[in-house]
Amino acid sequence: MAKPASTLAKRADELLNWFDKRLPVSAFWKATMTGYYAPKNFNFWYYMGSLALLVLVMQILTGIFLTMHYKPSAEEAFASVEYIMRDVDWGWLIRYMHSTGASFFFILVYLHMFRSLLYGSHQKPRELLWVFGVLIYLALMAEAFMGYVLPWGQMSYWGAQVIINLFGAIPSIGEPLTEWIRGDYFISDATLNRFFALHVIALPLVLLGLVLMHLVALRENGSNNPDGIEIKANKGEDGHPVDGIPFHPYYTVKDIFGVSMFLLVFAFILFFWPEAGGLFLEHDNFVPANPLATPEHIKPVWYFTPYYAILKAVPDKLMGVILMGCSVMVLFFLPWLDRSPVKSIRYRGMWYKILVFMFAIAFVRLGMLGMAAGTPAETIEMRIWTFVYFAFFILLFFLSPKGKTKPVPDRLTH
Amino acid sequence: MPTDGVNKGRRRFLVATTSVVGAVGAGFAAVPFIQSWNPSAKAQAVGAPVQVYVGALEPGQLLKVQWRGQTIGILRRTEETLALLPENDPQLRDPQSLESEQPSFAQNEGRALDEKFLVVNMHCTHLGCVPQAIPQVGPQPFEENWRGGFFCPCHKSKFDMAGRVYKGVPAPTNLRIPPYSYIEDETLLIGVNPEGVA
Repeated sequence: MAKPASTLAKRADELLNWFDKRLPVSAFWKATMTGYYAPKNFNFWYYMGSLALLVLVMQILTGIFLTMHYKPSAEEAFASVEYIMRDVDWGWLIRYMHSTGASFFFILVYLHMFRSLLYGSHQKPRELLWVFGVLIYLALMAEAFMGYVLPWGQMSYWGAQVIINLFGAIPSIGEPLTEWIRGDYFISDATLNRFFALHVIALPLVLLGLVLMHLVALRENGSNNPDGIEIKANKGEDGHPVDGIPFHPYYTVKDIFGVSMFLLVFAFILFFWPEAGGLFLEHDNFVPANPLATPEHIKPVWYFTPYYAILKAVPDKLMGVILMGCSVMVLFFLPWLDRSPVKSIRYRGMWYKILVFMFAIAFVRLGMLGMAAGTPAETIEMRIWTFVYFAFFILLFFLSPKGKTKPVPDRLTH
Repeated sequence: MPTDGVNKGRRRFLVATTSVVGAVGAGFAAVPFIQSWNPSAKAQAVGAPVQVYVGALEPGQLLKVQWRGQTIGILRRTEETLALLPENDPQLRDPQSLESEQPSFAQNEGRALDEKFLVVNMHCTHLGCVPQAIPQVGPQPFEENWRGGFFCPCHKSKFDMAGRVYKGVPAPTNLRIPPYSYIEDETLLIGVNPEGVA
């Protein structure tokens, strides 16, 4: 290393010192980055969290710029989105970044959650970390739903109609409640205007707060890892976990690599396939909202379709809504349903591999069936996979304390 | 916090009363914000009855009008479909319209003042989509033995030509019949019941 520190470097040091006396800049950096030791065996699945954070930032930035041109009124909303797409310089890019970003947010979040199932990241002592994660997921669903209403296309309108009417299934208070949410006797300008407010300010604030809590809870216990072994149980003489490496520079560099690969894929979709054949932006949403005609084939965006399939599978209004609600709410209880003494799938028996595999298939199949037209055969299949979806949680509760496990090593493997 | 010579009971009392008063205040302060979400005076005012001339409707033809933001369908039914209505009864969830919403004059087989015209709130009683009216009798992709009626594209609910819901579909009750009356032979007023009808 070059010996004499240049005056410039000295100046920089002095400046940092000045700040450190007034704001704990260095201490924060050390506590969360250079002095924070993470397990050394992170794999592909561990990219998703940082990438989701990247997409969150991107959604906020592109969202801010979209609000500069968008008009939240039933008269003007559809035309203003088309105006952004056609007349605003680079407006198409910003809009497609936002709409494609929404779908990628869900792809990342679903993979991020699946990682927990694989490696038991929801287990003690990370229950709250998981609960904050599910809260983020709920807020994200509300955010995405309201965002999808804003372009005021046919799918925006009728999607909002269906989702708001779900609350109407609640006995006695249902009808007045839907009226209160809509602010009118039907989906109207009032509804659009308040959804805009919730989408651009209320829910993003909630999301940011929840993400902060998620990160604070993460730093408290540190990340789990593919072996599901607590690295803090095995510390070296320097007081750091022997199987840990400083988050910075090791994982910042790894995450930057992940970011580059992600942006490559993201940019490809963004430029060549932004509507994803009707998956990310549905064809019917390029038709202005018409309160007099429901599109022939109405379905939510892909990330809601698994739950939509569960709703459709039940031939009773209230029961369907209850079951759909349960299918999301059950996620909160995962840390207490999974009573296995072993975290990682690597050291659990075949029973767990089968359960997780079946659950993943059920979720994907329900997602596909949720988009389908709904023939009687498809309805029967939806019922079967709905059963499998819930059976996963029930079987997990009963099998996990007794299910076969393999001996867990003391140190991380590779 | 120094604890010498502190009257703990009094401190607890003060903390508790302050919290309660604060919570009540917050509750009251929340009311205007919650109430601001109700339909505004303007939204409530836009609800006037709608006048419709139905004399030009061909048999089997559907006319859609908007009343209070709801899609109201006026369907001129043929003799053939009217004759088929009683046959549907065993397959219906609520054939007598006991649990469904309609003015008292429409609680009959045809669910109408004048059997010829079905006046119906088109929004599905499941989640509010507008079903397609398919008045033709004959096999359909979703039903082999179709006797005419309404089919909801959202969740596959089926209704007969009187808007009565079939069994085994998600919609819980029959399509709603709005208040309406005839002001002339072939002119309807949607939103107002005939005099003396609730």
